[in-house]
Amino acid sequence: MMPLLTLIVFTPLMAALMLLAIPREQVRALRRAAFVFSLVPFALSVGLLFAFDAAKGELQWTERAAWIPRYGIHYLLGVDGISLFLVVLTTFLMPIVFLQAWDVEKRVKEYLVLLLVMETGMLGALLATDLFLFYVFWELMLIPMYFLIGIWGGEHRIYAAIKLVLYTMAGSLLMLVAIIYLAIAHQQQIGQYSFAWEHLLQLRLSPEVQKLLFAAFALAFAIKVPMFPLHTWLPDAHTEAPTGGSVILAAILLKMGTYGFLRFAIPLFPEIAVDAMPVVAALAVIGIIYGALVCMVQPDLKRLVAYSSVSHLGFVMLGMAALNLQGVQGSLYQMLNHGLSTGGLFLAVGALYERRHTRLIAEFGGLWARLPVYGAFFLVVMLSSVGLPGLNGFVGEFLILLGAFGRFPLAAVLGTIGVILGAVYLLWMFQRVMFGPLSNPQNASLKDLSPREIAMFAPLVVLFLFMGLYPKPLLVRMEPAVRVTLERVESRVRQASASCGEEAVCVAEGGRPR
Amino acid sequence: MHEVQPAVVVENVTFLWWIPLLPALGVLFHIFLGRRVGKTAVSVVGPSVVAAAFIVSLVAFIRVWLGPPGLVLQQVLWSWLPVGSLDVRFALQVDALSAVMILVVTGVGFLIHLYSVVYMHDDPGYARYFAYLNLFTVAMLVLVMADNLLLLFVGWEGVGLCSYLLIGFWYDNDANASAGKKAFIVNRVGDAAFLVGIFWLFWSFGPGSHTFSFSEIAERGRQLSPAVVTGVTLLLFVGATGKSAQLPLYVWLPDAMAGPTPVSALIHAATMVTAGVYMIARLHALYELAPISLDVVATVGALTAVFAATIGLVQTDIKKVLAYSTISQLGYMFLAVGVGAFSAGIFHLLTHAFFKALLFLGSGSVIHAMGGEQDIRKMGGLRRYLPVTYATFLVGTLAIAGVPGFAGFFSKDMILARAYAEAPMLWGLALVGAGLTAFYMFRLFFLVFLGECRADAHTRAHLHESPRTMTIPLVVLAVLSVVGGYVGLPEFLAWGDRFSAFLAPAVGGSAHAGGHPHLALEVALMGASVFVALAGIAVAYRFYIQAPQTPQQLAARWRRAYQLLWNKYYVDELYAALFVRPIVQLAHVLWRQFDVAVVDGAVNGAGGVVQETGRWLRRWQTGNVQHYALSLLVGTLLLLGYFLGRG
Amino acid sequence: MTTVPASWYVVLGILLFTIGALGVLVRRNLIIVFMAIELMLNAVNLVFVAFARQQQAMDGQVMVFFVMTVAAAEAAVGLAIILAVFRNRETVNADEVNLLRW
Repeated sequence: MMPLLTLIVFTPLMAALMLLAIPREQVRALRRAAFVFSLVPFALSVGLLFAFDAAKGELQWTERAAWIPRYGIHYLLGVDGISLFLVVLTTFLMPIVFLQAWDVEKRVKEYLVLLLVMETGMLGALLATDLFLFYVFWELMLIPMYFLIGIWGGEHRIYAAIKLVLYTMAGSLLMLVAIIYLAIAHQQQIGQYSFAWEHLLQLRLSPEVQKLLFAAFALAFAIKVPMFPLHTWLPDAHTEAPTGGSVILAAILLKMGTYGFLRFAIPLFPEIAVDAMPVVAALAVIGIIYGALVCMVQPDLKRLVAYSSVSHLGFVMLGMAALNLQGVQGSLYQMLNHGLSTGGLFLAVGALYERRHTRLIAEFGGLWARLPVYGAFFLVVMLSSVGLPGLNGFVGEFLILLGAFGRFPLAAVLGTIGVILGAVYLLWMFQRVMFGPLSNPQNASLKDLSPREIAMFAPLVVLFLFMGLYPKPLLVRMEPAVRVTLERVESRVRQASASCGEEAVCVAEGGRPR
Repeated sequence: MHEVQPAVVVENVTFLWWIPLLPALGVLFHIFLGRRVGKTAVSVVGPSVVAAAFIVSLVAFIRVWLGPPGLVLQQVLWSWLPVGSLDVRFALQVDALSAVMILVVTGVGFLIHLYSVVYMHDDPGYARYFAYLNLFTVAMLVLVMADNLLLLFVGWEGVGLCSYLLIGFWYDNDANASAGKKAFIVNRVGDAAFLVGIFWLFWSFGPGSHTFSFSEIAERGRQLSPAVVTGVTLLLFVGATGKSAQLPLYVWLPDAMAGPTPVSALIHAATMVTAGVYMIARLHALYELAPISLDVVATVGALTAVFAATIGLVQTDIKKVLAYSTISQLGYMFLAVGVGAFSAGIFHLLTHAFFKALLFLGSGSVIHAMGGEQDIRKMGGLRRYLPVTYATFLVGTLAIAGVPGFAGFFSKDMILARAYAEAPMLWGLALVGAGLTAFYMFRLFFLVFLGECRADAHTRAHLHESPRTMTIPLVVLAVLSVVGGYVGLPEFLAWGDRFSAFLAPAVGGSAHAGGHPHLALEVALMGASVFVALAGIAVAYRFYIQAPQTPQQLAARWRRAYQLLWNKYYVDELYAALFVRPIVQLAHVLWRQFDVAVVDGAVNGAGGVVQETGRWLRRWQTGNVQHYALSLLVGTLLLLGYFLGRG
Repeated sequence: MTTVPASWYVVLGILLFTIGALGVLVRRNLIIVFMAIELMLNAVNLVFVAFARQQQAMDGQVMVFFVMTVAAAEAAVGLAIILAVFRNRETVNADEVNLLRW
């Protein structure tokens, strides 16, 4: 079998190496090469999409190679319905980010190379099924982002970059400790070290240990998501990052946190995870409403979009906390939605920034008169983020809230209020930027979107419509993997509670805790 | 007490999707080619796609009409949301109820598209306007043709979006954009409740697959506990109060008049705002299981009918008067469905679509002629200048006032008769509302068309009747405002209530159920409503023709009451004080005091502690190698001493 | 032929090492400091050789070669650094070369 996953993961890195061979002065060649190279992993992942066995819930296309076998460290890759679309999302967005990179003038070569390295890191983290390997890729994503913000960022870029790194490290180092503990526990229980995800699932750990390990994993992922109240790195990082960095940060890096919950934190420690879900749901709801409220009063466009991420990822976590098919599938779907629509919002804000070199809402107003094409795209992106039925956002939000209502009715109702607030801050923002009189003379001579920029937005809009009207192809591919995950959790919880003699906590759909 | 529903006959057809698809193609045309091909092409394509949809709708209608009772045409397009037991399909259906609705939407919609061709002709956003208007038609058709609650919700929010876009169509004025935003957000409040209702329904249905289709809801609804049914129906009704501008979520509709007048006619009078009524009629099986909810619906409807009518008494903007009258008339429709007279509600929806669209288009013609002026105090005597508008507007006014022979009379009478049988108190309210309606509509009519012309000389010089393309829709609608009522005559007259008989399979045979009032009683009730209508007209005549100074005197005498009405009961101010401002303030506090001060403060504080420690420790770092060597030596000696001393 | 007892070498080594260490600590001229370091190294070498002789083992002798090699390399690098410092700052006074100070 072809090592398709390895190809997907490492073609960006190869491209980065090839880019190094192009002299830095040849900016046009660099940009074109980066864009074309980034199409390769996209094409490969589209191939994966078709080659993917939709009926299977277990990992497929697995690859295995020894790395440090003495300590049970292997190069393990695999894909299932949970990671499949996140991979495609990543490879789909990267070419768009490279199109956007035409606007970057400073140190073009380094910028492009770092982006490509980052792509390898992200894809690797999504596809790695060895926890050690996962950790390596996890950290590999962070370093390029540090430079992207620190070099190409805005005024307070150093502060933002350091804050991002320290925040993330604080969580991920604890996770590393937990990973190593798991490998040692495996050695003690089974007889040999192993970092393989599928092996570690079999471990039986005492509740006290599980609690600590879950906390370590959850902290790392919760910071990345970010969940309230660990979110304050996000507004700074987003605001200061260059447009491409913001897009990647919002669209993909944040998903690593939610993906981590679904892939690692919940299946590895199911008994504790089930107990922790009410807390997760509560924090998620607080995040939804809190993020939305704070959004309303932001004077800075990028900061507004950043806080909207806090709100949207609250939805993702709420759906996951429901631990039923609808909720978790909605949560997965919403990860994609958020990646596309918030990525789109950052592109839109970036396009304005390139024209006016300010992000303050007050500087704009009445832009529709000058930028009708931009306005139309911005409108659709905004509506997708609002969750208008018929576009992608609605499918995710609906499934999440539907699932959450089955388990945490109050949280779902409060989350629905978040849906109202979502409309409030986005429409208000849109109104202040696009509508009203064109009063600022500096806006009078703005140019509408270039064909290159249209090429950035158009695929997004097509996807919004497709995912809103015909989500079935995605949902059916996700469902088996989600089902397997939930069944795994359910059976473990049932075993645990059977041994305690308590009534089983039912996590499958249809069963509300009574 | 309800008679057994006729068996539902489902017939799969393949042409239904053309009905929403045709306007959708129009949308694409306007977006991609609109600005390139020029106005002529847009003005051909815009209305004609709706006309084509009307023809297809007519075919569907005729098939339902001629087919066996209870015939449902259905077309399943694709599986939309298959997740576990949830299996929502993208499926369209046309039964008697939908057939009526699609005819209204495409028929009245076509007339208004036609009217817009001239009305909007000089607008730079011409293609954009038709794109929105066609998009609205698509969404509205999806709403009324959906075979399940979730797809209905897609249309439901879709029309909300178009409403938002069209209210703020002239975006360069901030007030318009704000009105659009207000409409969308207030609707969202209702929609949130609607969504919660859907969630509750889903989790109450228990195991098995869930398609949310209306037939499934009707069937499974019977197994639900009364509390759940009541809760769900009330939540869905909250959604309806948003969309259909009822108490307490009506506040967006008056502001929505900021949009172009044909939009007000189509969206904010004839079609979209009636979606709530349609939804309840569509879910009548569920609502009939929840008597408490029906009582709430009826009460809210009756209260809104009177409440909005009182505000309408003193408004001076021609469109605002019509807006409040729309809210009031929607109240009647809710009263109707609330007392179980679903077909009467839909009947009023139908006639209202005709006469209110007529009135709005007429007002558009007036505003057009007056060069954009909307204040009725500056009009008057326009009969001479706008004869066609005058005549058609009179027909509309007579229809809405409930004068016998006109459409509004029959539908309103059907509602009142049923309300009297079910809830006499509400009947009383509705009767008061009817009198008020007759009064303020004739006040409007007299001030605009009769008396002296109060416009300035410049405006007066430019007064002109609107061109044909605008007056033809007026005439057609005027005819419909008369004959539209004769499809649903009182039982004892001529061919009787054909309309309810046609709708019966879809919304229950309520017209015959529940003990019909005696002939004498029915005639007496009719007499009462005719009396209040005529009384309202007479008072308006007295106030605005015979003794024009009376209104000022009254306003001066009842100053307080007048102020209250003039300021619309201060509801907007109340909402601003109760919700808008506290939320914005809370947001500020959360951001500045919590996010920046507390959370980020803690984070930066942790960083600060490390930095301070480092600053203190760095004093050891003198940079002088010899100091380092000294400490090395001292350290070595200390270690040596320790180990030697220990050993 | 009487052999000099190993303790004498050790005492001499301690004396040389102390002189060297004091030189490193108190002298300000980097060249002198450098020479003092060499002195310390050679004191250690002396002790190594003495003990090697006493124990009749080659380990100490071998270690001395390593130390001498390192010392030679160090002299080359160290003198180069001092030269570079002098070129840049026109001084070899240790007190004035404090760029490492926080």
